[in-house]
Amino acid sequence: MSKSPVNQTITGIAPSGIRKFFDIVAEMKDAISLGVGEPDFDTPWRVRDEAIYSLEQGRTFYTSNAGLFELKEAICGYLDRKYKLSYDPKTEVMVTVGGSEAIDLAFRAMLDPGDEVLIPQPSYVSYVPCATLAGGVPVTIDLKEENEFRLTAQELEEHITDKTKILVLPFPNNPTGAIMEMEDLVAIADVIARHDIYVLTDEIYSELTYGTEHVSIASLPGTKERTVYINGFSKAFAMTGWRLGYVCAPEEILEQMLKIHQFAIMCAPTTSQYAGVEAVKHCDKEVAAMREEYDGRRRYLLERLRGMGLSCFEPFGAFYMFPSIKEFGMTSDEFATRLLEAKKVAIVPGTAFGACGEGFLRISYAYSIESLKTALDRMEEFVTELRNQKQ
Amino acid sequence: MQEKILNYIEKNSRIDLHELAVILGEDETAVMNTLEEMEQEHVICGYHTLINWDKAGIDKVTAMIEVRVTPQRGMGFDKVARRIYNYPEVNSVYLISGGFDFMVIIEGRTLREVAEFVSQKLSALDSVLSTKTNFILKKYKDHGTIMADAPKEDERVGVS
Repeated sequence: MSKSPVNQTITGIAPSGIRKFFDIVAEMKDAISLGVGEPDFDTPWRVRDEAIYSLEQGRTFYTSNAGLFELKEAICGYLDRKYKLSYDPKTEVMVTVGGSEAIDLAFRAMLDPGDEVLIPQPSYVSYVPCATLAGGVPVTIDLKEENEFRLTAQELEEHITDKTKILVLPFPNNPTGAIMEMEDLVAIADVIARHDIYVLTDEIYSELTYGTEHVSIASLPGTKERTVYINGFSKAFAMTGWRLGYVCAPEEILEQMLKIHQFAIMCAPTTSQYAGVEAVKHCDKEVAAMREEYDGRRRYLLERLRGMGLSCFEPFGAFYMFPSIKEFGMTSDEFATRLLEAKKVAIVPGTAFGACGEGFLRISYAYSIESLKTALDRMEEFVTELRNQKQ
Repeated sequence: MQEKILNYIEKNSRIDLHELAVILGEDETAVMNTLEEMEQEHVICGYHTLINWDKAGIDKVTAMIEVRVTPQRGMGFDKVARRIYNYPEVNSVYLISGGFDFMVIIEGRTLREVAEFVSQKLSALDSVLSTKTNFILKKYKDHGTIMADAPKEDERVGVS
């Protein structure tokens, strides 16, 4: 046997760091987790009810490749209403199997071999492997705690070369909870225009922005033409399992993405698409209630972390916090593993989201206050014990 | 701040003051003062407990009684209502638009206890024209809380 059965590129890609930790947690029965990356809320009932109704009506066929027109139209209305984005439902929108598919499609449709993709880190685990699989060259940008993990124009500029094609903009951010505000984005928009770079903006957490309004880079003058805008239903409407996302982009790019989607996926699940129409049209109240609940937990978690003497910047997006554990002189992985063994609390090490996540942990607050409290009490014990040992 | 506090404690009145203040992002003393004011002004009328008596294995009979009355001279609906709601057996009294006037909710230990109250006290009031007693057979949801289903486990994968 001399032929390798598998592809060289994929063989060279390491499995997700989250996955590795998941396997340990899965074997430990009574562990409590603050490691989940999805909402704890059920999908609003009116959305589920619409899905049931669509099934009763026998709407179980393929939709057109780009998705139900009714849904695309509703998405455009929603984006206009919420973020002042104007897209044409006929030519500039496509419904995908979650935001993840859209990320993959965008890279595959846009990159030529050797094109560089700028990926700020810490960030979601799929950008680097997807860019690599598409033949691109991922170039990571280490974001800094002192900038509240925002991307600055200077950091961006320092990483641009002749080969740079796409900048990934993952805000509100998983795992840090960082957001980018208007002035941050204006500075970035200026750089990308000057260097003729495209932007892939992943705004899956846009609805979960606290204390300020979410701003999309695509809403700034002159940026829409060079932006691929990705969003979805998972985080905003607590619909992770429905696998429903969407992407808006200039027709020239979307056309090519649609071809890949057509051949690989056909269309997003029909039932989910009918549910999605109800979500974007009629769930503002439900979304606001969930956001308010997260915001309360966010304040609670921050107070608890600071209360146990951990340094943590105040994040205003998503449902994560990214405290530093550098004072303990161990790696994130070591800290998380020992915490899990000693106190049975599962937290994802920051390094799962890029090497620059070293010294940090990602704590999710997609949990009830009661669950947070139990887990944080245990974590506080652990931190106190560590400090006592050191003395 | 008043509305924020009320919205929160309507769902969970047992939360401690410090945590409530942190969650709402308000000053602890200010929250405490607002709570006290609202208690004094009867904006907050009590901190009751929502109980699923069926689960506790304790028998209770609840009836929703539609009552039609004639408001008498010098005695509007409010006065008739008072004669009804002063009975401790009566849980709730609502003035209703539509085909009848009051919705009266009564809780007793047995069917007979409720029936006796209706026939001997409620129907016997001068201004009461008629009553229609509806016994509750099953409580699916009460005060925004679903009682029929078992509480759900967290089905999410532990780390994602």
